[in-house]
Amino acid sequence: MKHIKTIVLKEWSEVFKNRLVLFTLIFMPLIFTIMPLAMLYFTGDGMAGNMGAVQSADVPVEFLSACSPEMSAGDCMQIYVMNQFLLIFMMMPVIIPVTIAAYSIVGEKATHSLEPLLATPISTTELLAGKSLAAGLPAILIGWTSFGIFLLGLPILGVSRAVIDYITGPTWLLAILVAGPLMAIASVNFALFVSSRVNAPRVAEQISSVMIVPILGLLFAQLAGIIVINVLTMLSFIGGMALLDVGLIYLGASIFQREKILTRWK
Amino acid sequence: MIETNGLTKIFDVKKSPDITAVQDLTLFIPEGEVFGFLGPNGAGKTTTIRMLTSLIAPTAGTARVNGYQLGVDDTEIRRSIGVLTESPGLYERLSAFRNLSIFAELYDVADVDGQVSKYLHMLGLWSRRDEPAGSFSKGMRQKLAIARALLHEPKVLFLDEPTSGLDPEAARLVRSFIEELRGEGRTIFLCTHNLTEADRLCDRIGIFKSRLIEIDTPENLREKFYGRRVVFHLRQLDPAWADQVSGIAGVKDVQTVDQKLVVGMEDPEALNPQIVRLLVQAGADIEFVGELRHSLEEIYIQTMQESEEEEAAA
Repeated sequence: MKHIKTIVLKEWSEVFKNRLVLFTLIFMPLIFTIMPLAMLYFTGDGMAGNMGAVQSADVPVEFLSACSPEMSAGDCMQIYVMNQFLLIFMMMPVIIPVTIAAYSIVGEKATHSLEPLLATPISTTELLAGKSLAAGLPAILIGWTSFGIFLLGLPILGVSRAVIDYITGPTWLLAILVAGPLMAIASVNFALFVSSRVNAPRVAEQISSVMIVPILGLLFAQLAGIIVINVLTMLSFIGGMALLDVGLIYLGASIFQREKILTRWK
Repeated sequence: MIETNGLTKIFDVKKSPDITAVQDLTLFIPEGEVFGFLGPNGAGKTTTIRMLTSLIAPTAGTARVNGYQLGVDDTEIRRSIGVLTESPGLYERLSAFRNLSIFAELYDVADVDGQVSKYLHMLGLWSRRDEPAGSFSKGMRQKLAIARALLHEPKVLFLDEPTSGLDPEAARLVRSFIEELRGEGRTIFLCTHNLTEADRLCDRIGIFKSRLIEIDTPENLREKFYGRRVVFHLRQLDPAWADQVSGIAGVKDVQTVDQKLVVGMEDPEALNPQIVRLLVQAGADIEFVGELRHSLEEIYIQTMQESEEEEAAA
């Protein structure tokens, strides 16, 4: 554990001195938190009346089933809009680790600092765990913090009780508390795999960004009315992501071997 | 100490024939010896170091480093050795102090701050301890990398091209530090292209090109390749003196160069007085007598040429 802690602190002290990484870590969560709050603020009084006021032209008809009859049309519309932002919240644990991992691993390759590190008594598991935690932990913590700030903003903006109940309900909590960390793990391991093949942090970052494709898939599927993000869809997504994690952890561990790093990494 | 037996590394290259980087390397380096490992670029020197530091696994053969078995006690090997890699590989954004403290923690050094301070002082970097390593000159970076390799006081040190790319002053500083380490009785495995450095620092030299071609002390290598030769500087040279000297038992050959007699022999200490007497009696004015020392570079180049000729013949 001591070695893992050393690696995590080393990664943070080095990576956080990179302005581009710091920018991603501060501004992206800030924008992703402000945007849904602003949207709630501007859509708050836009639609009065009961559910009958919501037309299928505004909201896919499949989504209407997610709104209870007691909800106002405005509440239902807000929940629909927020469901799109849920997916944007879920992008944070994917994008942040990619940025950190790309700079930490490709950066070490560029400065040839991996070999002296590998020559120490640290085990490859400790090194991999240290690097993964250094990239994954900030993403998870920033994701949770952003969500916390978002929750605090809801009553201040006068968002209705029904909408707040929906956002603090099982679908959102599963997405933020379970799917987020799972996606961060997948993202770290995929970034590790990509980083072993390229020599520029930005290239690694760009290629690793492919990890947001599953979330974009969910986003477009929901916009097109193919699926509705609810507990069942979220549980299915979590199941799929857990399987993907197992595969990517195996891939990451098989790539992160002393001999492969020194002789096969490009 | 380091002991290898038939150590071999073959790289499996996709769509190309396999590359034998190290073939059947057998050597023994006793405790406290500075061993120079010489060879051209791509000879397999770094691969050998990587195997002996348990970074990559050998394809065949065995090795023991510091009493630990390669492939069995790999973590213990890494814990007990210090490695200076070909490139310093520092964390450029971090301070010199932080660069060292990270490694002290990874080597489980008990007094991290104490050891880091000790080596920063020893290598003259203490006043710049808080500056990022990226702002350091090449020589300072190399010194910092050497300090990193020594933090846990290893008995065995692997130094891969320690003075490569350094200016003469920085190279001299690094060399004198290696001499200090040698004085402390550490076993040093030194890879270098600098043959003068190897000649000066190493107890024994191994000339290597995928396989060990020669291994001996620099003096023995000189004797093996050129024998021992003594130069008699004369005020005037009579060619007849060369015939007289070559008649002395034990003299192998005599050459005349300008006003000098170059005499090849096995035991100069025994024969020199006899030759001097003969020359004086013959009327020669001897200005100076000295042993001709061939440089290690000449030996190295000759070894390489012979090796290439052998390979071509094979």
